[in-house]
Amino acid sequence: MLDDFFIRALLAGIGIALVAGPFGCFIVWRRMAYFGDTLSHAGLLGVALALALEINVMLAVFAVSGLLAVLLVLLSRRPSLSRDALLGLLAHSALAIGLVGLSFMAWVRVDLLALLFGDILAVTRMDLAMIYGGGVAVLAGLGWIWHRLFAATVSPELAAAEGANPDRMELVFVLLMAAVIAIAMKIVGVLLITALLIMPSAGARRLSGGPEQMALISSLLGCAAVIGGLYASRIWDTPSGPSIVVAALLIFLASLLPGLRISRAD
Amino acid sequence: MKTRAPAGSLIELSRAGLFRSGRWLVQGVDLTVAPGEIVTLIGPNGSGKSTTAKMALGIWSPTEGTASRRPGLKVGYVPQKLQVDWTLPLKVERLMRLTQKLSSAELRQALERTGAAHLLHAEVRNLSGGELQRVLMARAIARKPDLLVLDEPVQGVDFSGEIEIYEMITRLRDELGCGILMISHDLHMVMASTDQVICLNGHVCCRGTPVAVSQSASFRELFGRRAGLALYRHQHDHEHLPDGRVRHADGSIAESCAGEHCADHGHDPAHDHHHGHDHAHDHAHDHAHDHAHDQAPNHGHDHAAATGAERRGETTHA
Repeated sequence: MLDDFFIRALLAGIGIALVAGPFGCFIVWRRMAYFGDTLSHAGLLGVALALALEINVMLAVFAVSGLLAVLLVLLSRRPSLSRDALLGLLAHSALAIGLVGLSFMAWVRVDLLALLFGDILAVTRMDLAMIYGGGVAVLAGLGWIWHRLFAATVSPELAAAEGANPDRMELVFVLLMAAVIAIAMKIVGVLLITALLIMPSAGARRLSGGPEQMALISSLLGCAAVIGGLYASRIWDTPSGPSIVVAALLIFLASLLPGLRISRAD
Repeated sequence: MKTRAPAGSLIELSRAGLFRSGRWLVQGVDLTVAPGEIVTLIGPNGSGKSTTAKMALGIWSPTEGTASRRPGLKVGYVPQKLQVDWTLPLKVERLMRLTQKLSSAELRQALERTGAAHLLHAEVRNLSGGELQRVLMARAIARKPDLLVLDEPVQGVDFSGEIEIYEMITRLRDELGCGILMISHDLHMVMASTDQVICLNGHVCCRGTPVAVSQSASFRELFGRRAGLALYRHQHDHEHLPDGRVRHADGSIAESCAGEHCADHGHDPAHDHHHGHDHAHDHAHDHAHDHAHDQAPNHGHDHAAATGAERRGETTHA
């Protein structure tokens, strides 16, 4: 079964959607979409580094994004540039430096489009193992900090006063996010990762009555977007990554339709 | 000046100060909270109230001086505000379990205690200011805290809700026996139920019982006219009727006025008179009251009403 590239693509996409659901919820709740963008753009720098040093791409992306994430969190705690400006500056610098770096490496043939928009149809068995192994690991990590991170998201002061240590939770969370980006990059590319993270969560909002429920629904909607997007890309011969994102958008729009609300009465 | 022996206290700050971003946020604070004691921190914005509370809670460690807490101290915290974004589906039930595991019975019991049981399934972001305070208080007491910390507990609550919340805080202290540390920039109501007031303005500017603080010179200097108003409201929240009975402004409790209040009451006619004038100018529309004031100077303070409850008192008088 795994011999079929399309089945591998489906499995990879579903694995990533399952992980992206709960993470996407926290990104939406904490208003960190732009933060996620910055980390994923920095992923390109990681790719350039991996090719130059001949190391594993996923690990290099994780290292670069993770380092940047910690740096950003620590910087934003001091009153300097606004977080927004800082992110804008770093996101595009990282993207540009990555592209320039790649252009110097004339000896490797780099499929730039695949890096930017993903190449889910080229998923190997090894990629699948990394996705599911890494996915289980980051979900376990998120599950471990879930309650404390959620408390810190609702009210940082309250969490701090009652011993949930919101600063440490934030650091752990951004590191896990860097890991998710490293895993998902191959599938949807650096430009569309954030979309895959936040769109299913945004779509899940109106269907959910509680945070845990929203995380679960978000995962399921993500799976639907992956399946729908991949089949559509096969039928109409469209690029797979963007097709998944378009499917996610359609699901989000559908969630806005009146009458779909299933959460219990307020 | 410490009110209790540190040995029995829940938290203790000793000459504590915090230096941040090139300046002292607060310096030289001594503070203890004992079980069953209500300590209120007051002061203008930026005076170091929150900083002091954060040092006491161990969120920030003091740059100078020491902060200590009883080992294993369990804190229940009621934040100043809680803004729940639309993207976050959060019902009261889930909020109650934010930092703790609770059985349904415990959860319901805590909500009942603060009169919020009917809100169990409500969305947090749809609650009114007063409802949210009740829920947040229920959440904090469900932890069975040794120390309850309340940051501006009546912000965004209307006047009658304010009285109820302060009564509730006093009741919770009596029932749970926990220490209470309250932050407030609201001067007039806090005074009634608190054991010790610490007035901050970058340092401890004065401290003591509510009455002592409201009469101290440094407090008046710090708050200016608002101090006068605070004193006024605090002391004259009840009305002495001609037949000697006492009517409270909010009409809720009919106990006789406390000794402390009466001792300070009607002592300084010139002072009261001054207030009456001040407010008469502010509320120039109250002609009838100006007359009444002329004819019955002993009740001049009844006219200066700025709040609904006091206006009620005024009407009965006229």
